[in-house]
Amino acid sequence: MLITEYRLRNMWKWRSAIIAFGLGNPVLYLASVGLGVGALVNANSPDGIEGVPYLVFLAPALLATAAIQGGMDEVTFPTLAGFIWNRLFFAMRATSVTGGQIADGVLLASAVRVLFTTVVYWLVLWAFGAVEWTSALPLVVVSTVAGICWAAFMLAVAANVTDDGGFLSLVGRVVIMPMFLFSGTFYPLSSLPLAVQWIGWISPLWHATELGRWLSYGAPLPAWRAALSIAYLLGMGIAGVVVARRRFERRLTS
Amino acid sequence: MIRAAGLTKAYGDFLAVAGIDFHVERGESFGILGPNGAGKSTTMRMVGATLERTSGDLTILGMDPSREGPTIRAHLGSVPQQDNLDTELTVAENLYTYGRYFGLPRSYLRPKIDELLAFAQLEDKRTAKVDALSGGMKRRLTIARGLVNDPSILLLDEPTTGLDPQARHVLWDRLFRLKEAGVTLVITTHYMDEAEQLCDRLVVMDHGSVVAEGAPLDLIRDHSSREVVEVRFGSDRNAEVAAQLGGVGERREILPDRILVYTDEGERDLQEIVARGFMPVTSLVRRASLEDVFLRLTGRSLADE
Amino acid sequence: MITHAVVTSAAAAIAQGRADRPGARVYSYRPHAVLQRGFLALRTSNALVFLTGFVEPVIFLIAFGYGVGGMIGTVTVQGVEVPYAAFLAPALLAASAMNGALMDATFNVFFKMHYLRLYQAMMATSLGPLDVALGEIGWAMIRGATYAVGFTVVVAIFGLITTWWALLAIPAAVVVAFAFASVGMALTSYMTSFQQLNWLNFWLLPLFLFSGTFFPITTYPEWLQTVIMATPLWQAIAMMRGIMFGVFDAALLFHVAYFLVIAVFGLYATSRRLEALFLR
Repeated sequence: MLITEYRLRNMWKWRSAIIAFGLGNPVLYLASVGLGVGALVNANSPDGIEGVPYLVFLAPALLATAAIQGGMDEVTFPTLAGFIWNRLFFAMRATSVTGGQIADGVLLASAVRVLFTTVVYWLVLWAFGAVEWTSALPLVVVSTVAGICWAAFMLAVAANVTDDGGFLSLVGRVVIMPMFLFSGTFYPLSSLPLAVQWIGWISPLWHATELGRWLSYGAPLPAWRAALSIAYLLGMGIAGVVVARRRFERRLTS
Repeated sequence: MIRAAGLTKAYGDFLAVAGIDFHVERGESFGILGPNGAGKSTTMRMVGATLERTSGDLTILGMDPSREGPTIRAHLGSVPQQDNLDTELTVAENLYTYGRYFGLPRSYLRPKIDELLAFAQLEDKRTAKVDALSGGMKRRLTIARGLVNDPSILLLDEPTTGLDPQARHVLWDRLFRLKEAGVTLVITTHYMDEAEQLCDRLVVMDHGSVVAEGAPLDLIRDHSSREVVEVRFGSDRNAEVAAQLGGVGERREILPDRILVYTDEGERDLQEIVARGFMPVTSLVRRASLEDVFLRLTGRSLADE
Repeated sequence: MITHAVVTSAAAAIAQGRADRPGARVYSYRPHAVLQRGFLALRTSNALVFLTGFVEPVIFLIAFGYGVGGMIGTVTVQGVEVPYAAFLAPALLAASAMNGALMDATFNVFFKMHYLRLYQAMMATSLGPLDVALGEIGWAMIRGATYAVGFTVVVAIFGLITTWWALLAIPAAVVVAFAFASVGMALTSYMTSFQQLNWLNFWLLPLFLFSGTFFPITTYPEWLQTVIMATPLWQAIAMMRGIMFGVFDAALLFHVAYFLVIAVFGLYATSRRLEALFLR
């Protein structure tokens, strides 16, 4: 719990950056792509995408993106810092805190940020008229869970980084960017050639987006696909927690 | 080679260097001794033509650094206080690019790099990245880099600060060789032993001013006695005992942890102290050093800072 | 042992030979020595990060040009009706020249200035501030232009280039990269922490998203269009579209002049800042 509190205090210190990057970026995309590009799309397809205006189609995807990005930032930076930059975790482990507890603490703090981001961003979407009141609870829950599961996965990855050597910018470029752009975020995944569609299938963002569209405006989604997406996200999260806890403890005691 | 008169550097109201005079002759090894914050590095940067003076005269090899900076710097080698080696490059690449900054061609640099690596005892580290070197190796590489343009004057700012004793001695040995080869050295240091070992002549700086100038031995002779007795009675008793040592030695200094007695006959005066009924916890009779000169001139110890 | 020249040395002779040239106090006519350092550092340390920079505009082109483009069809801009992907490609080309140049001129320059203390080391040699400014800005420009060339090749492979005139996009990208690099380095010289740089970076996203990159600026009200037309990315995008669509008019000359003015101003400011930081 100590580490969670410490992380939350740290986030408070960075609140302006968190709001600008965590919320500002998705809001800018919403305005630019949702409204600007949306106008072009709507002009060309009067019936909308999947029967709804482009903005409504886009909203659940951007919500999941904000959650996933926010959750990841809040585990990768502190983990690299704790193990490499300031080695804070080693000092913590020297007290009575175990590695597993440190991992839990970091993840819990990140979960708080994910929930905050999702709720606020949902309100922004609502203000833009991109979501309905009735979708609030299910949409926020799905995005938050997806954000936390991805954070858990990245926590396990970051715990294995021993030399930061541009790790974060590399992840940004070769994982986050393709995930953001190839997960059916801005267009139905099926319109991409098969050669790049697979990126969507393995991407948690796509699974969260599919669920979100179903919950938001009733996009068609067979029950087995919904179950598979939920299982995929949860599986990723649980595996992440297990590996991260084990890895933290081993690295801090050897 | 270097001539400074009334050399001053002001930052707002603060005088980092407050009108100093000195000169450095060809082939000389010249020291600037003083505690941290005395204005040594500021002086060094002005001499290195990388810091504009506020007022006063400064000529380096007959040129004015504020007008002919690049030409002067082509004659200088510079070893800054903090290593600024290029950590994105290997050891040999560091020497090569630095030579290229001076416009030296590859054909010139190729044999030069071999020679400098041998000088710095880094031949087997040629393709290593800088971060893989020890502190002493980095310093030697920085010095080798400063020599790539065959400078007439090598400027060394605190060359051995932060090095362990063995690495210091290796470095001193390299600097002696340079001196023998006729390179003019200008060295700042706050280590009196370094100044005594390396410098033919030096100025002592404090609070931006020169408080003494001369050869190390002359300075010691002029400002101190031949020998010093150091006695300790425990920090709470030193002052009390010192008050009752009137007439012992030429002069006495009371420091927080010890009493210094300046004298020409250390053994005799130590016996005198004991004869007066004061039994020191520890005692030491030694030759006077630049540390004593500094203490005499400023009332402070070099290590105080 | 060191063989020591008593009176002069090769380096001193070189410097003395150039002492009477114009601007000798700040310029030693050796920016290529600084460029060469960039190449060596790239080979020794930074190759992977450099390579991944090619990827970003390509994935934007695939995702938006084809993914979103499929829902849009064609767009009319500057009097020409083109498929959405062809509309997007010149904009992404301009953005990749900008990003490549800025990445180097901001984050990398900041790192070299404050952590490597590279410029301090350079200024202790006979290099002048203008050599360092030209060399470093030139290096950032090369990086931006390299991404632009790589992206142009991809665009050609996708069949989005229909005229040989499009090759002019490459010198145009060089001009754009040079302008962004010089202003970026001048701004970076005022920064004191990485956080400030992150804020600089933050403002790039709205520039990227609203400069007519993804949709024509005719969507906006008139006054906002005027504001956007003054911003550098819009200028770059409009120039690239003009070239790629084969629309050569007076506006093109204006864009080029716009960037040349910015570039010279940034170069001058950077040189003065380096002098103030390292020689005063």
